[in-house]
Amino acid sequence: MKAPDFEYLRPETLAEALAMLARHGEDGAIIAGGQSLLPLLHFRLAAPAYLIDIGRLEPLKQIVEGDGYIEIGALVRHCELAASALIGREFPLLHQAVEHIAHPGVRHRGTIGGSLAMADPAAELGACCLALAGDVLLQSAAGQRWVGMADFFAGIYETALAADEILTAVRLPRRGHGGIQIFNEVARRRGDFAMAGLALVSDRGLGSPRLALLGVSDRPILAVRAMALLSQDPTATEAAIALIGDEVDPADDPAYPPAYRRHLVGVLMRRTLAELSP
Amino acid sequence: MSIGAGVPRDRAKRLLGGRGRFVDDISMPRLLHLAFVRSPYAHARIEAIDCLAARALKGVVAVLTAAEISDAVASWRAEHKLFPTMAAPEQFALATDVVRWQGEAVAAVVAESRAVAEDGAELVAVAWAELPAVVDAKDALAPDAPRLHDHMDGNLAYTAEIAAGDTKAAFERAGHVAEEHFRFHRHTGVSLEPRGIIAEFEPSEDRLTVHQSHQTPHQQQDLYARLLGLPEHKVRVICPDVGGAFGLKHHLMADELVACVAAKLLARPIKYIADRLESFLADVHCRDHEVTARMAFSASGDILAIEVDDLFNAGAYGQYPRTSIAEGNQISRLTGAPYGHEHYRANLTMAFLNKSILGHIRSVGHPIACAVAERLIDLGAAKLGLDPIELRRRNYLHGDDFPRTSVGGIEFEYLSLRDCLDKALAMFDVPRFREKQAALRAKGVYQGLGIATFVELTAIGPEYYGEGGQHISAQETCQIRLEASGLVRCYTGATDQGQGIDTGVQQVVAATLGVPLEAVEVVSGDSALCPVGGGSWGSRGAALAGEAALRAAATLRRNVLSIAASLLQKDPADLDIRAGWVMEAATTHMSVAEIARIGHFQPYSIPDGIAADLTVVERYASKDRLFLAGNGIQLATIEVDVDSGIVTPLRHLVVHDCGRILNPMLVREQIRGGVVQGIGSALYEELRYDNGGHLLTGSFADYLVPMAGEMPDIDVAHIETPTATSQLGVKGAGEAGTAGAVGAILNAVNDAIAPLDATIAEVPVTPPRLLKALGRI
Ligand SMILES: Cc1cc2nc3c(=O)[nH]c(=O)nc-3n(C[C@H](O)[C@H](O)[C@H](O)COP(=O)(O)OP(=O)(O)OC[C@H]3O[C@@H](n4cnc5c(N)ncnc54)[C@H](O)[C@@H]3O)c2cc1C
Repeated sequence: MKAPDFEYLRPETLAEALAMLARHGEDGAIIAGGQSLLPLLHFRLAAPAYLIDIGRLEPLKQIVEGDGYIEIGALVRHCELAASALIGREFPLLHQAVEHIAHPGVRHRGTIGGSLAMADPAAELGACCLALAGDVLLQSAAGQRWVGMADFFAGIYETALAADEILTAVRLPRRGHGGIQIFNEVARRRGDFAMAGLALVSDRGLGSPRLALLGVSDRPILAVRAMALLSQDPTATEAAIALIGDEVDPADDPAYPPAYRRHLVGVLMRRTLAELSP
Repeated sequence: MSIGAGVPRDRAKRLLGGRGRFVDDISMPRLLHLAFVRSPYAHARIEAIDCLAARALKGVVAVLTAAEISDAVASWRAEHKLFPTMAAPEQFALATDVVRWQGEAVAAVVAESRAVAEDGAELVAVAWAELPAVVDAKDALAPDAPRLHDHMDGNLAYTAEIAAGDTKAAFERAGHVAEEHFRFHRHTGVSLEPRGIIAEFEPSEDRLTVHQSHQTPHQQQDLYARLLGLPEHKVRVICPDVGGAFGLKHHLMADELVACVAAKLLARPIKYIADRLESFLADVHCRDHEVTARMAFSASGDILAIEVDDLFNAGAYGQYPRTSIAEGNQISRLTGAPYGHEHYRANLTMAFLNKSILGHIRSVGHPIACAVAERLIDLGAAKLGLDPIELRRRNYLHGDDFPRTSVGGIEFEYLSLRDCLDKALAMFDVPRFREKQAALRAKGVYQGLGIATFVELTAIGPEYYGEGGQHISAQETCQIRLEASGLVRCYTGATDQGQGIDTGVQQVVAATLGVPLEAVEVVSGDSALCPVGGGSWGSRGAALAGEAALRAAATLRRNVLSIAASLLQKDPADLDIRAGWVMEAATTHMSVAEIARIGHFQPYSIPDGIAADLTVVERYASKDRLFLAGNGIQLATIEVDVDSGIVTPLRHLVVHDCGRILNPMLVREQIRGGVVQGIGSALYEELRYDNGGHLLTGSFADYLVPMAGEMPDIDVAHIETPTATSQLGVKGAGEAGTAGAVGAILNAVNDAIAPLDATIAEVPVTPPRLLKALGRI
């Protein structure tokens, strides 16, 4: 289980990194924390000729307060999210979720950009950013574009990223005070990828709720029907619990069959709503 | 006295300091690396192998297939003369024309680095013709099932029945019958350090030197000599630090043998370290049994009879040299062994199928035998309306029942079952738990308590493999050298994989000889230096190597005292050695170091006719007893989340009797480690395959091992009933934790869900299985 040979490149600036990516295109891969990429290389599921280490791009390591939004640089590591008081204040959802990502060793290396770019359907951060209605900034030597989370995820390990693009930041709109942010998941053991997870973001009193689910489809998804139901009638919780399992399309995994994951979504919905009622 | 003291082991300091020396830490000039081309199919014919591109790759030194190595290495068959009807198909180091399990090696690429060897392996082009695979024992035995081995009529590897008394009549007159159909899924041992080997061959001397992560250096020395056609004294197998073994590392593994062949053919040292994917694919596996069993009770709660039908499999071949029969054999002999029933029948049926070979992993068969009987007792208790604890106590063998040969044919010198139970109940307040359990149930929280009584067959005697025809020593020899400084070197045949047997032997020698612990150095794991012995497996080290060490140390002590007596003109009977000094009552005469100096450099001052050898050898082999039986009880509490199906262990208690305890700290940690492994098979560990025989659990993301975060506190206590069959009085302890944990957890889960009118008899108890049992999905 040794990675095939590759050339290691370490740009000092974003421009340099984008130029390298433009040059090597499909043969190049960005490495951030390496927590998902290295296993892929060692299993020989990926064999890029060039590894472009973006670890020195300091601007991508910032968490910046903007007007009405917070921008998290792609290289912000999971442990830094957890340590950020600003994030804790603005997006307690992220603080709750990060606790569920793997173990400290992984959290000290893995980055939010890597997690989003990897697009593991069971990743916590993708679902959270979706629930928080975030946008990602994708930059290439040719230009840049903002993409909403729902358009960014395209399937298992599939995203809108083109071969010459780097995800440089995710921008999350600030929420008003008194809102609700709750994250819940069920994993076999502490730190395992979740069998199912749910992120709820809403205004006070379950107003205009956003419900994102992870681990139950080929990408993080919004439970749109449950959202619509609760927007109309915030007291229709039982009905929402009953229907949310039908909104998902879990992979045919013999270890955790679709019926089980569907069931878990209902369980998570019940748990999450139970946290709302005092 | 150092026997019975909880001293930490020397090795731990080094290992925890990151200064371990495992096989992969060893390097040497001209070292080459090995990677394998393994079958992607569970069953396929090899039409052609094209190695040209691989051979042409820069850094690749050789690509070997069966054709290249067949003259250099013999084939083998996993035969056992005690099971003469067991089918034993021929096996080869590399597959010849047919592969019979996914992961079977078909070609070996030797290169300057492991990465290049893997590059080369990717370039080997095999033309496969896929054959239908059988992946389930029941399917394998169907009349029209595809056959694995052409020369056989079907896939039946072995079947036998063991019977005592008349179960049929007993079931007919039974007041109550408990019955269950169990499924114990396939898993493996998962050592932290995977299998690994470095083989060096010196052609001018015909000499093979092997460093290997292994439990049995002498067994490997014999096998490599015979299979490679080398004189045995030119083969040396050294086991450096071994990072866990659990039985994975006391077999012959075809890929490791290929490393030796490659070293011989290329006359360069070859390193092969199994990676984690290869470990899951190609290590020996264990369990994978389907058991139907029933237990007959009298109206008043006496166990009258047990019937067990065990269907299992050997994988694609039999494991060599021990064969794959032991797990079924143990189950068929041990189920219900702690109890006093007179009628017993067990059927075991072993099939071949297209998966990796099953071998001996920690506590072979025991966890299944225990879980089956203990579950039936709980089911019986429910039918009888009796307390399951009292039902056990009532039926335990005790007092005058011993010595006894069980209905399964196992000899028990003594089992302290009631004492263990009493101690467990003193340590765990069952009534209080029951109160709390009831209160929590009212709130929808489901906790459960499970009990499992187990016996553990340890320290196997020479009759099993001796009569079986295997070259596996069940005798232990110990050599002790008093060096000129008065310090002691002790050479043992036991090997240390982290359990601390080196320290146990050191304690026995120091205590028996009368010198401080630090004065004794134990040398193990080297087939050239150490006396021929069996290594460490089957909970044998302390009982067998410990006894040999005791004998050797006693002989050395006698010699030291006779030299001292002659020099001092005293009667040796009046002299003693304490803390390294020769004493006469309270008088200190001279040091052991002084005697060593005289013994080595001034031997002329010792008169003839005195036993003055300062290097002594003694041996120990049991006779006419196949096992030393330890016993114990485990009590587990768990909580079931009936919404998610997740089971959380809460507390675990083990009361155990392994005879005299050499080192309570090491024994305790062995028990704890064993329990954790047992909880692994009860809740997490499973090698899953798809219907085509493809492994689905090839990494730690899919093969779940128990992690510290989920493990409960494990309390361990002991009853000490020394065996009278040896002077030391020790019985084995290495597998006790694993033997009982599955049964305790399974009973606890069932206790938790009993009010929901559900039962489960399939392990690991995964969340989907549990929710299915609860009717929630
Ligand atoms: C044992 C273990 C357990 C884990 N458990 C969890 C878990 O429970 N939940 C969870 O969410 N994750 C888990 N992870 C994954 C972890 O969170 C990773 O850190 C994360 O998925 C990837 O981040 P990274 O920075 O390490 O990315 P890398 O591994 O460096 O890269 C991952 C992929 O993204 C690409 N990439 C990285 N950064 C960028 C960028 N800025 N722009 C464009 N492409 C980019 C890379 O080319 C690569 O394809 C686990 C990992 C391990 C090893």
